Amino acid sequence: MPQAPDPITRNLWHVVAATDELPIGLVETTLLLDTRLALTRGSDGEPVVWLRTDEENGDEIDADSVLERLPVRTAYGYTWTCLGTPDAELFPIPEFAEPDRVNMSCGSIGIHVSAPRAVENFLDMGHFPYVHTDILGSEPHTEVKEYDVEVSEERDEVLATKCRFIQPMAAKSAVGAMEVEYVYRVPHPFCSVLYKSCPEDETRRDVIGIFLQPMTEERCRAHLLQSMIDSTSTITDLRRFQQTIFGQDKPILENQYPKKLPLDPRSETPIRADKSAIAYRRWLSQKGITYGVIPQAS
Amino acid sequence: MPLSLSDPNWYPIASSEDLPFRHVYQGQLLGRELAVWRADDGNVNVWENRCLHRGVRLSIGINEGQELKCQYHGWRYANQSAGCTYIPAHPADAPARRIENRKYPIREAFGLIWSAANDDQAYAPFPGSDGHDWFALRPMPVNATPEDVVAGLARLAPDDEPADLLPALVVRVGGVTWFVQPVDAGRAVIRGLLPEKPADELATLRHYNELLTKLRDRLERAAARKPAPEPLQPVFEKVSADLSTMPDIAVPRGNTLTVVVKRKWQSADGVIGFELADRDGKHLPTFQPGAHIDVHLPNGLVRQYSLTNGPGDLSRYVIGVKAESASKGGSKVLVETVREGDLLQISEPRNNFPLRRDATRTVLIAGGIGITPLLSMARFLDKSSLPYELHYFTRNDESAAFSSELGVLHGHVERHAGLARDAIRAKVAAVMGPYQFANHVYICGPGAMLEMVQQVAADLGWPDEAVHFEYFQNDKVIDSSSAFDVELARSAMTLHVPAGKTILETMREAGLTVPSSCEQGACGTCLTTVMEGEVDHQDVYLNKTEKASNTCMMTCVSRAKSDRLVLDI
Ligand code: FES
Ligand SMILES: [Fe+2]
Repeated sequence: MPQAPDPITRNLWHVVAATDELPIGLVETTLLLDTRLALTRGSDGEPVVWLRTDEENGDEIDADSVLERLPVRTAYGYTWTCLGTPDAELFPIPEFAEPDRVNMSCGSIGIHVSAPRAVENFLDMGHFPYVHTDILGSEPHTEVKEYDVEVSEERDEVLATKCRFIQPMAAKSAVGAMEVEYVYRVPHPFCSVLYKSCPEDETRRDVIGIFLQPMTEERCRAHLLQSMIDSTSTITDLRRFQQTIFGQDKPILENQYPKKLPLDPRSETPIRADKSAIAYRRWLSQKGITYGVIPQAS
Repeated sequence: MPLSLSDPNWYPIASSEDLPFRHVYQGQLLGRELAVWRADDGNVNVWENRCLHRGVRLSIGINEGQELKCQYHGWRYANQSAGCTYIPAHPADAPARRIENRKYPIREAFGLIWSAANDDQAYAPFPGSDGHDWFALRPMPVNATPEDVVAGLARLAPDDEPADLLPALVVRVGGVTWFVQPVDAGRAVIRGLLPEKPADELATLRHYNELLTKLRDRLERAAARKPAPEPLQPVFEKVSADLSTMPDIAVPRGNTLTVVVKRKWQSADGVIGFELADRDGKHLPTFQPGAHIDVHLPNGLVRQYSLTNGPGDLSRYVIGVKAESASKGGSKVLVETVREGDLLQISEPRNNFPLRRDATRTVLIAGGIGITPLLSMARFLDKSSLPYELHYFTRNDESAAFSSELGVLHGHVERHAGLARDAIRAKVAAVMGPYQFANHVYICGPGAMLEMVQQVAADLGWPDEAVHFEYFQNDKVIDSSSAFDVELARSAMTLHVPAGKTILETMREAGLTVPSSCEQGACGTCLTTVMEGEVDHQDVYLNKTEKASNTCMMTCVSRAKSDRLVLDI
């Protein structure tokens, strides 16, 4: 029997689908926090989410006939729901609203690892030369320079700034090696947003979001958002680029043990480059998250 | 009897054939996953299948020959010790902390790799193994409890000649000795040995394979009717508290070990080689390229010597000692009185001369006996197929040491014999060329040469961070003009250190016994933990990171920047 999720996790908004990809009038099924869900979109285009009983993927359905609905929110191209009592707001990504950006959901990828492990991978620059060889990094340039991490009290999020790394091809529009600068935000226990210097315009930053849907404690789905200042690459190019990146992470993450994220500092060996991961683990601990993690024995 | 995680028996976990050149094999024993790999020197390693950094399986890592490289962040672990030798995210730091993966005992015999869950029991070959040239059959994995598999094998025996059940899940049926490898509570691998090579190998292998396939099917059908046993739950050992507190640096205390002089030989005119090994044939502690050891000499002196070893080569340490002019008391004693078979006390390796492996170009410049650490560096770069060039300056051809070791390297190795000072300078300038991004130069040699190369490097625009060297002697003028207080926390004492006097002297005058040796900030004997206050480091023992941590100091030369220091004494 799966364990009931902790109240914090239960009351969070969780991503469940790319809104545009939800079929109108047909059922789609998924799993969230060990709970079976059914989803569809009404003729008005609005998503509807409810606890699945005997519906099957692809069944025809009239959204209006669904009476017992879960709360729903649409944001950043995705549909979010909650199994408990949700907060009023989802975390902000103000850049998403800027008119000249290309915003797109870049698909979802299932990974057999806990959601927090996947968040940690997203925050981690040290693996670029080894896992994303010749794309996000390449040997011999392996150094992770000092960067700053703080847990912002007022926004209740982990913030890593001045993260620099030498990359051969940091984004679709990049040519040749350059040092890129990143800012990472973790505004939600299972979501992270990355800002990186944009090859086209020095004053602006490309934004990449990763939203993890914790299906079980050891299984998640990564949903990607890109909000780019890139006038040349096509959407297909940009999508393929991000999918290559996550396709490279998947086999590594699936070979990580234990699959849940251990919060006891003595369970693994952190180095200075892992500062943001350490802050993230502490933040989860302090929040009292127990879903998808191995809490520190008190 | 149910399986136990602490079962001390030895079991076969792989066939020798499972370990081809530069491969990493994923094994399993008693619920634990194992990364099994053979180094280029033939040694087989059986490690917990989990990188200490972030828990990624090491079996998907890369066997670099003498080191295993994790796929996720490229950490390197040394053959034999499983100690971490390199962390690519921080290429300028020697991993000072003792990061060592969990390893299991290993023996290779009868075409099989044997291991055990712990070191409680010494390896002993199975009874009756003597006097045969054993032939290994193909292994057969079975999804059934190991006990059931043993029982199934025993039932293969005819009624009039019952099977022999031996300890550690061994069954002898007719001429075949069957070993059951307990993979987990509900899984096993059958590995059989024939006392000699059969006449028709293929037919024999096929025959037993068919027999085992049928047995497996029977056992798995029976297992499917029973409730599946609870898998064993191995626990991952916790890392030590000092490894888990990320930013702190633990400077290792000068632990000493006793080694035996295995070999002493003349490597070149004026250079004597010493091979030092553990007395019981165990491997020596992990080191990184550029590391040195302190050798405690029979006359009480302590001297530093660089290791020349390549990666994962821990069966012995090889150092080179300059015999010539029977230099000061130290080397003279080594050269003249220490003989093969003698015992010596040495420190664990320390590294103040770490090699970055993130350079696009690495230039190694050696003068005379300074070849020793650079030989080690060249060997590491060589194994990882990283580009490097080594320039070795000697007085004449006869004084070039370690020729055969240098001869087998694949990189660009150039010897320069008998050049005059100006010619050396011109050569160094030509070799280095103008600075380019991610170039690094390492120099080891006589003081004058060191200064010359530094000068040349500066003239060519090389930044300080790209020019690496180390001091074994503290040639700096010690500034002892400050005056301050030291509070000795454990002795509950506060002393005033006046200008012109060292902390060490002050403590001795107050009646404390504190160890020291070189008293010039080079040997590390007087290393002391600092609890409060800001240190004015003047030694050459601690490296930059260690100094910056402000957690320790050498009381023989270093002083305080603050009015007060609190020491853990
Ligand atoms: S997990 Fe092995 S190097 Fe990071
Ligand atoms: Fe990644």
